[in-house]
Amino acid sequence: GLIDCNSTTSNFSFRLIHALILKMQFMLLFSRQGKLRLQKWYVPLSDKERKKISRDLVQTILARKPKMCSFLEWRDLKIVYKSRYASLYFCCAVEDQDNELITLEIIHRYVELLDKYFGSVCELDIIFNFEKAYFILDEFLLGGEAQETSKKNVLKAIEQADLLQEEIPIIKEAEAPRSVLEEIGLT
Amino acid sequence: MPAVSKGDGMRGLAVFISDIRNCKSKEAEVKRINKELANIRSKFKGDKALDGYSKKKYVCKLLFIFLLGHDIDFGHMEAVNLLSSNKYTEKQIGYLFISVLVNSNSELIRLINNAIKNDLASRNATFMNLALHCIANVGSREMAEAFASDIPRILVAGDTMDSVKQSAALCLLRLNRTSPDLVPMGEWTARVVHLLNDQHLGVVTAATSLITTLAQKSPDDFKTSVSLAVARLSRIVTSASIDLQDYTYYFVAAPWLSVKLLRLLQCYPPPEDASLRSRLSECLETILNKAQEPPKSKKVQHSNAKNAVLFEAIALIIHHDSEPNLLVRACNQLGQFLQHRETNLRYLALESMCTLASSEFSHEAVKTHIETVISALKTERDVSVRQRAVDLLYAMCDRSNSKQIVAEMLSYLETADYSIREEIVLKVAILAEKYAVDYTWYVDTILNLIRIAGDYVSEEVWYRVIQIVINRDDVQGYAAKTVFEALQAPACHENLVKVGGYILGEFGNLIAGDPRSSPLVQFNLLHSKFHLCSVPTRALLLSAYIKFINLFPEVKGTIQDVLRSDSQLRNADVELQQRAVEYLRLSCIASTDILATVLEEMPPFPERESSILAKLKKKKGSSKLPDMDDSRKNVNGSAEHAEDAEVASKTPQFLLEELISTDRPHPSSSATMLPTRTMVPSHTFTDNLSVNSAPSSGASLLVDVFSDFSSAAPTESSDEHFPRFVCKNNGVIYENQLLQIGLKSEYRQNLGRMYVFYGNKTSTQFQSFSTSVSSNDVLCSHILCSAPQLPAE
Repeated sequence: GLIDCNSTTSNFSFRLIHALILKMQFMLLFSRQGKLRLQKWYVPLSDKERKKISRDLVQTILARKPKMCSFLEWRDLKIVYKSRYASLYFCCAVEDQDNELITLEIIHRYVELLDKYFGSVCELDIIFNFEKAYFILDEFLLGGEAQETSKKNVLKAIEQADLLQEEIPIIKEAEAPRSVLEEIGLT
Repeated sequence: MPAVSKGDGMRGLAVFISDIRNCKSKEAEVKRINKELANIRSKFKGDKALDGYSKKKYVCKLLFIFLLGHDIDFGHMEAVNLLSSNKYTEKQIGYLFISVLVNSNSELIRLINNAIKNDLASRNATFMNLALHCIANVGSREMAEAFASDIPRILVAGDTMDSVKQSAALCLLRLNRTSPDLVPMGEWTARVVHLLNDQHLGVVTAATSLITTLAQKSPDDFKTSVSLAVARLSRIVTSASIDLQDYTYYFVAAPWLSVKLLRLLQCYPPPEDASLRSRLSECLETILNKAQEPPKSKKVQHSNAKNAVLFEAIALIIHHDSEPNLLVRACNQLGQFLQHRETNLRYLALESMCTLASSEFSHEAVKTHIETVISALKTERDVSVRQRAVDLLYAMCDRSNSKQIVAEMLSYLETADYSIREEIVLKVAILAEKYAVDYTWYVDTILNLIRIAGDYVSEEVWYRVIQIVINRDDVQGYAAKTVFEALQAPACHENLVKVGGYILGEFGNLIAGDPRSSPLVQFNLLHSKFHLCSVPTRALLLSAYIKFINLFPEVKGTIQDVLRSDSQLRNADVELQQRAVEYLRLSCIASTDILATVLEEMPPFPERESSILAKLKKKKGSSKLPDMDDSRKNVNGSAEHAEDAEVASKTPQFLLEELISTDRPHPSSSATMLPTRTMVPSHTFTDNLSVNSAPSSGASLLVDVFSDFSSAAPTESSDEHFPRFVCKNNGVIYENQLLQIGLKSEYRQNLGRMYVFYGNKTSTQFQSFSTSVSSNDVLCSHILCSAPQLPAE
């Protein structure tokens, strides 16, 4: 007859190590009309692949109804998303083994940071100051990992950088710094 | 609007963005963009050298255009130029551009790496961070080659600022992911472990992530982090909310750090040191206790953060699988969540319970929730949640509840989402086979599957039912009767015709006595479906017809007429035509004896591993599959290597087992054995390696370890596990940080079979892995050992 595989000896189970790092693959922010406002990729993918993923995923999420849960399986990833931030959807793709609730809070923390920095942030802020949104994200998440979870410290770092630019005098055209190429004599 | 003044706000950029937003159509947008691109191109090519501000503005515009979705094929040079500016914002934009538009031009790469090198050496924390962020964002091989050895130094240097340490740690983590062979272990590893004790919690957070990833590569180097992690976690969990100040998130103490520490601990088995182990258990108990306390805040952020830590703690408890009371408590906690108002928590509870279901300590506890899970399957609105319920039912299935679970899954299948039907079909097929005591139930289940979701019943499934029917005499009559009845339905799925055709062809004689299922009736029934079927099915039916000729001489004439018809003999399809011609000829010229020999009943199929399980694993990809068959995959990519050694008698140590009757119920005996090996060969897994898997380079490390291992006498290292095998047939016989060896044996009368399983616990592949079986001289002749050479992967 069949081997009885009903053995409950779990000593025998291979508890092999999963990918234990919260491995965020990418984060997307998009509007209800499906326009991408921010895209941060933590895995190497070609342009074409990125576009395809963004398109497909945005459609999938926009099709979800309000009462559904914040997680879904998509391809072989777990998608964690929040849709209640004004007109924006925030969505992260993590690996299937990752901690979903903490990812939700990563999204929330990022929104808090944007909010503090811009003062009641709205979609327009992110549109017109997109580069700042990326800088803030980098201070908080590096390589897809939360590096600094103190809100104060992150904001302090951004503000310091902002102040830094104000200290450096505006350089006039004539004194424009030589480019690397110029320095090595190639132009 | 911005609270802090941004200095140079790049007015030109803002105007451009406004213009784009005001475009009424896609064409207008493209037109405006092209105009701008032409403008920028001419500025870049112009004679006048651009000042930093302008360059920055144009590079930023290009970036914006790119992020809108248009292709950009210039600007890289200018962006690289910006890197050498000593104005912070210009550098920043330059770095942003090159991180987003990664270019593989080698000259550019050289320049970029140069700029990074300068910034790293600048001793200016802000510049260093910019450079480190860039490396972490791009993480290319060239950058790894240039910087992988510098970054550890920066990380552990005494004078490095905290913020730089954080960036360096995560930068190194990224490089290790993409180019693990270029990140060398060294003296610095001990100092990284020490960072777990740092004052600055941000540093601890980053270091924990780094250690977790490195510990998978070289677990021994970071063993000492376990006690530090437990200590840290303990302090956090027992702290008052004011202690951690800004690291408290909505009244939860350092949730991110707690989660990371709990993950780090999942890299290692339970601590050997008793006091450390009990400290950790206390910690986990505290976390479980907190879940029962009334919440400190109504905000969802509070409960999410608190529960995130809770779920991770449960994951650790499951991973250790050693404290029964913790496991049961975890199970109960999850049981509570199963009925929580919040969908997210119900989803996560279902998911988490799947892994709990495979632990022997909590398997029974999980089963107690079966009604809740079934009700979730029926009432949950969100299909993702229903899917988790299906997964959990699959995981908790055992002999005691298999009939109930299969019935529920079948009824769910009737209304299930099309995208998930195939998976459910595979699961039902696996469960039905695995837990069939009465094979009539199995046959019914598969036929039901075909009826309900015929399109999703893949070949593996219906091949299997036929194999099983062929191999089991006791169910053949039942199968014939049942397919006969099922085929009466006016519209039946083609897969049913296939199965029915085959079975009636083989066993139609068993029901031919009844006038309602006489040979002619059977033939007419099959033939009535003939014209509705695809070519492969028709081919199968033709084979069934010739078998009928053999079984039932009385219908020979009728069938020959059919074969003789033009639609068969001149069928456009070559296969059908050939079969019709040959079968017709065969029926004419062969004597009864020859015909009977040619069309003898199908012999039993040789035992094979279940291909259905393999197909299911391939389908699920690298995602977790509940530990149904005592096998789990390492998501990082190393496969489990399986091998079996047939042992006719055993080495002295195991002789005792033969005398002790095993407590496993044996299914009703049958003439032939059809064991299904439950280990899947390694090649199915390697198809699903994650995107970033890099070629193994830890080989040199491992080879040394193994040469030590193989030279040691076999009995030495595994004594502790041997006594277990006095009473049990299955279990782990040897385990260290790298390797786990398990044994599974079964015995019948004077024959025994022993499977030896080797599990790779690291994240890198073993190379040149080989095994051997040796035993005393006396017993040597009785051992048939088949140890297939493992593929060189």
